[in-house]
Amino acid sequence: MGDAHPAERHDPAVAFESAKLGVWTFLATEVLLFGALFTAYAVFRLKFPALFHAEHEKLDRVLGAANTVVLITSSLTVVLGVDAARRGRMRLLQAYYGATILLAAVFLGVKYVEYGEKFHHGLHPGTNIFFSLYFMLTGLHGIHVLLGMGVLAYVLVMAGRGRYSEEYRTPVEMSGLYWHFVDLVWIYLFPLLYLAG
Amino acid sequence: MSAGDGKGYLSERGWRSWAFTLDHKRIGVMYLCTTIFFFLLGGVFALLLRLELLSPQARYFSNHAYNVFFTLHGAMMIFLFIIPAIPSGLGNFLIPLHLGARDVAFPRLNLASYWVFVAGFLVIVGSLVAPMDTGWTFYTPYSAKTGAAVTTLSLGVFLIGMSSILTGLNFIVTIHKLRAPGMSFLRMPLFLWSMYATSIIQVVATPVVGVTFLLLAAERVLGVGFFDPAKGGDPVLFQHFFWFYSHPVVYVMILPAMGIVSEVIPVFSRKPIFGYKAIAYSSLAIAFLGFLVWAHHMFTSGMSPLANAIFSFMTFFVAVPTAVKVFNWIATLYRGSITFEAPMLYALTFIFLFIIGGLTGPFLGALATNVQLHDTYFVVAHFHYTMMGGTVMGFFAGLHYWFPKITGRMLNEKAARASWALIFLGFNVTFFTMFFLGVRGMPRRYAEYLPKYHSENVVATIGSVILTLGILAMVWNFVQGLRSGTPAPGNPWRALSLEWQTPSPPETENFHEIPLVTDWPYGYGTKKA
Repeated sequence: MGDAHPAERHDPAVAFESAKLGVWTFLATEVLLFGALFTAYAVFRLKFPALFHAEHEKLDRVLGAANTVVLITSSLTVVLGVDAARRGRMRLLQAYYGATILLAAVFLGVKYVEYGEKFHHGLHPGTNIFFSLYFMLTGLHGIHVLLGMGVLAYVLVMAGRGRYSEEYRTPVEMSGLYWHFVDLVWIYLFPLLYLAG
Repeated sequence: MSAGDGKGYLSERGWRSWAFTLDHKRIGVMYLCTTIFFFLLGGVFALLLRLELLSPQARYFSNHAYNVFFTLHGAMMIFLFIIPAIPSGLGNFLIPLHLGARDVAFPRLNLASYWVFVAGFLVIVGSLVAPMDTGWTFYTPYSAKTGAAVTTLSLGVFLIGMSSILTGLNFIVTIHKLRAPGMSFLRMPLFLWSMYATSIIQVVATPVVGVTFLLLAAERVLGVGFFDPAKGGDPVLFQHFFWFYSHPVVYVMILPAMGIVSEVIPVFSRKPIFGYKAIAYSSLAIAFLGFLVWAHHMFTSGMSPLANAIFSFMTFFVAVPTAVKVFNWIATLYRGSITFEAPMLYALTFIFLFIIGGLTGPFLGALATNVQLHDTYFVVAHFHYTMMGGTVMGFFAGLHYWFPKITGRMLNEKAARASWALIFLGFNVTFFTMFFLGVRGMPRRYAEYLPKYHSENVVATIGSVILTLGILAMVWNFVQGLRSGTPAPGNPWRALSLEWQTPSPPETENFHEIPLVTDWPYGYGTKKA
């Protein structure tokens, strides 16, 4: 980055460490963003145990479980992509990131089917507290999946333009971290909403 | 542009050199100008409120208009001025200079954060088509039902919150990773410590209010019922979420001002700061304790008696690190060779007014007296003494202190002292009166009141006019200084921190060579300064 701002010309090691600290701090804020919703979940679950038990039966466990498998697989492909970048194999990075984006799209497709089904049965965000939580939590997560796809796509394109190398691959590492976060949130959402009524 | 071309950072001209700049100093100046604009605008609304309160009956505006004005006054002052002014304005300008760095860790993110802030306030201005009447706290269930543009306003606050998170994140990383060689944590100026603690609060608390406003918007648009009792929701949950952010954010407002005071006092006392470590760590302690006391805003909202007692008890703990700072400043002043330039006057005003604000806090933090004083003018007086008497005076101290560094010109000292005198007098006449109003039971937020409160209200309004004159005089002095002030030397105050070791105004890359730090910046009165 020859034309970069002076501040971006510091020592690459410092730049990498800074980016890593920055992304981890950002992920902490994301945890807190979801944290408020998880708190609301705890509050209302304590308040209406019977409602939560009855309503969670209306969610489709099979689709939920399938989506969990899809998302965990996407986490694997991201790791393989980051690893490929570390070994300087940029083509392989692109392939793995492409696969990840595809899996993310499958995830959103399944979500679309699920939402459609719920709407069809007259279950809306305003139906009751359980479905308010369901739509807010999965909706916010869905937005994060979408953002994550954007980030991965950006890295994929930039890898194609030869921006990264074994020495400089900060955005690759950071996009990987972000994707793991998206995956992790779902791993909490699935049991809370679908399994533990 | 190469390192050390000797030109000041202000030498480039044209709006593009500002709008697309990656220079932390220019971004800081843009924040300063934007936030000061909102300070003046919020002040206009305050004056309108005081005008209406000249008479016990609603005379000039309808009650609804009155509600709109105090909402605008509060929301602008809090979200668009007090929270961002010092961290994003002076903080952006100073942090890299204080650290001996060329810029913040993520210059592009810094610029993005400014424009997100601008987008946020544009959304807020746009939402004013349907005037706001909820107060700055947006309490549900009213805010979920009112016809005002709460949804767009929530989006605006969400954007401003995002900008605040990004700025805090940038500062944390900058302070961790870009300190000059030899600049250990315990050699950092205390302003940096306060900014570090502030950034932690911003990063930890803001996401919660972000999602809260998102839920409020969802409540209005999608009909989710988290805060609606009719749907099984809980309006008190909104208050918990709101204050989990908004109480810690009180310290985002005050900590940076405390940092400024910690810089100014030793320079104009020519003495090393007393209790450096205690002041540094107390900033972190305030940030930490600030997260444990939010529910003291809700004693009358119907929490359990046990919760009330615990939060009341915890609230008193925050006074400890705050008192540590105040005692250390006073110990620094003791037997110092004190001079009363404008920055020092404002710093001393901070201490004086903040003590009054602080000592009236326990009346509200204690459960028993709170029940009596809740939502009276006592509360208004208390938080104006802490926020305006504290934060704003600290901000003014900083503006006068760093004006030569930022603009390269000196201020007229006489005019600065004169405007200070007006501000000090006007402030106390306005807000001290309100303590009496509150104890005698006048509720806040009412456009009409009983005739027995009339005389105090007239006094408060006269005070607010004097205060306004003082602030106008100060602004006039800044404009004059900018246009025709004498050129400033690099270090007009003979201070030791790094920003004064570079020319005024600093060049684009801050330092010819990254300095090597060998000592803390408070060695005043000793061999060096």
